Amino acid sequence: MADLAIEAEGLVKSFGTTRALRGVDLAVPRGTVLGVLGPNGAGKTTAVRILSTLLTPDAGRAVVGGQDVLKHPDRVRRIIGLTGQYASVDEDLTGRQNLVLFGRLLDLGRDAARARAAELLEWFDLAEAADRVAKTYSGGMRRRLDLAASLIGHPEVVFLDEPTTGLDPSKRTAMWDVVRSLVVGGATVLLTTQYLEEADALADEITVIDHGKVIAHDTPDGLKRIVGGQTLEVRPAKPEDLSRAASILAEVSTGAKADEIRNGVLAVPVASDEALTIAVARLAADGIGVTELSLHLPSLDEVFFSLTGHTAESESSDKELS
Amino acid sequence: MTTISAPAPASAPRSFALARHSASLAVRSLIKTWRTPEALIDVTIQPAIFLILFVYIFGGAVAASTHTYLQFLLPGILGQSITTGAVAIGVNLNTDISKGVFDRFRAFPIPRLAPLLGAVLGDIVRYAVLTVSTLAVGYAMGFRIETDPLRATAGCLLAILFALCLSWLSVVIGLLVRTPGAVQGILFPIMLPLAFASNVFVNPATLPGWMQAFVKVNPLTHLVGAVRGLFLGAPLENHVWWTLAWCAAFVVIFMPLALRAYRRKV
Repeated sequence: MADLAIEAEGLVKSFGTTRALRGVDLAVPRGTVLGVLGPNGAGKTTAVRILSTLLTPDAGRAVVGGQDVLKHPDRVRRIIGLTGQYASVDEDLTGRQNLVLFGRLLDLGRDAARARAAELLEWFDLAEAADRVAKTYSGGMRRRLDLAASLIGHPEVVFLDEPTTGLDPSKRTAMWDVVRSLVVGGATVLLTTQYLEEADALADEITVIDHGKVIAHDTPDGLKRIVGGQTLEVRPAKPEDLSRAASILAEVSTGAKADEIRNGVLAVPVASDEALTIAVARLAADGIGVTELSLHLPSLDEVFFSLTGHTAESESSDKELS
Repeated sequence: MTTISAPAPASAPRSFALARHSASLAVRSLIKTWRTPEALIDVTIQPAIFLILFVYIFGGAVAASTHTYLQFLLPGILGQSITTGAVAIGVNLNTDISKGVFDRFRAFPIPRLAPLLGAVLGDIVRYAVLTVSTLAVGYAMGFRIETDPLRATAGCLLAILFALCLSWLSVVIGLLVRTPGAVQGILFPIMLPLAFASNVFVNPATLPGWMQAFVKVNPLTHLVGAVRGLFLGAPLENHVWWTLAWCAAFVVIFMPLALRAYRRKV
């Protein structure tokens, strides 16, 4: 078996009558990124809290960085970094005071803690705000401070629980760059997300969780093959061009015909990014003006629909009967 | 043998980990106190108001003169203010713990007790402020230490120690109940009889017998008796020993309960 940084088998956890996890297996090879994809309430956060020693599972076992999370939680805590959905920093302290405190709690000496704090503040573009109370930070700044706090001890394994939820798109790509640089630095990352786009951009492998169970595990490309790859959407400028545009789009597609998904917007499944360039050229050659053009991955809803036959939001009852 | 790359920071002996991490976390609560000076009202202005009101309202009625009553009352107000001051740590922890930073503490390789012990130790400053400011207001009103600086200092230190130990009760309540208001609601009816059914305000000789029985075991009676002895030279009896015994009891009973409540929280 490959050298695994995270290995979980049969994790089960209930809160009262709610069964958050119903037997989850996870495996993350060292130095890779696993994207855990699922809607709200799928059990992603519960899994992360178990792996990061914050929760004890009702059943199952988990090994992180070679250490059993149940037998040696202290050893696990020494080698992990955790960034939750909500920033876990002290709002009454400045950014710098937060990082120095966490460095001290990781047994760094006073000077080493200060130096590491300064380094991280610089890296996360917080140097100017370093001596302001975290309460005054914007959402994105808090998130960055939180991530910085989880990286103080150069963790081998980093858990990122929906690190970009609520961030605007530009901040999101900045966060992605940080994740990529972590992996370059040798860390293993487990990232939970509600966006296939995010998992696709960052993860080596994706595990899809629904109602406390793993319903798919594959590479991003493999998963996209299952769920139908990318969709090209086009809005012709003139409504009378719709049918001509549709036939052009059908030619660049994977063989499907173009559907009008919204009033005046055509959508067609395509195999690669190149389809966009080809479509633009062909439409222009035919003199068809376009006011809207986009290429996007299936949304979480669409992924879930392809995998389970029900949408992410709907209740589980119908699935359990089938 | 040469080391090429710096090894991971060697972890200091485990026995010191609790002390070191608690100290770091005590600094955290000091920074918070420093940022919100209004959180010190209960250990500065409130004792001053109590002292002024009680001395000038009751002084003439319950003692020969206001000055006699001031000498008697100041150690009592110190003790009474400790019981009200101890409420704050429970309230603060109750709000603090629902915030994300405690998640991080739990995911860190530090002893579970460290965040709680750090909060209690951080309160040393609050009680030092309480002791100094009460003495300062008292001196302005005419209070005088009748012993020597050494015994006066011992009295102050005993009061601070007692406050820190009593804090564990407040910590337990703060971790057990759901809202900050409930922390106050539970602690108030505990602290009020401690403060009043004691030797804080009057000589307990005039109280009914059943109440005197409570006064005799009331930990605050012993603290105030000890401080009166150390400030004014009144007979110490066994007050210092009883105070220390109560301090030990608070820690032995409430610290493990606090730790248990903390582990259960989420």
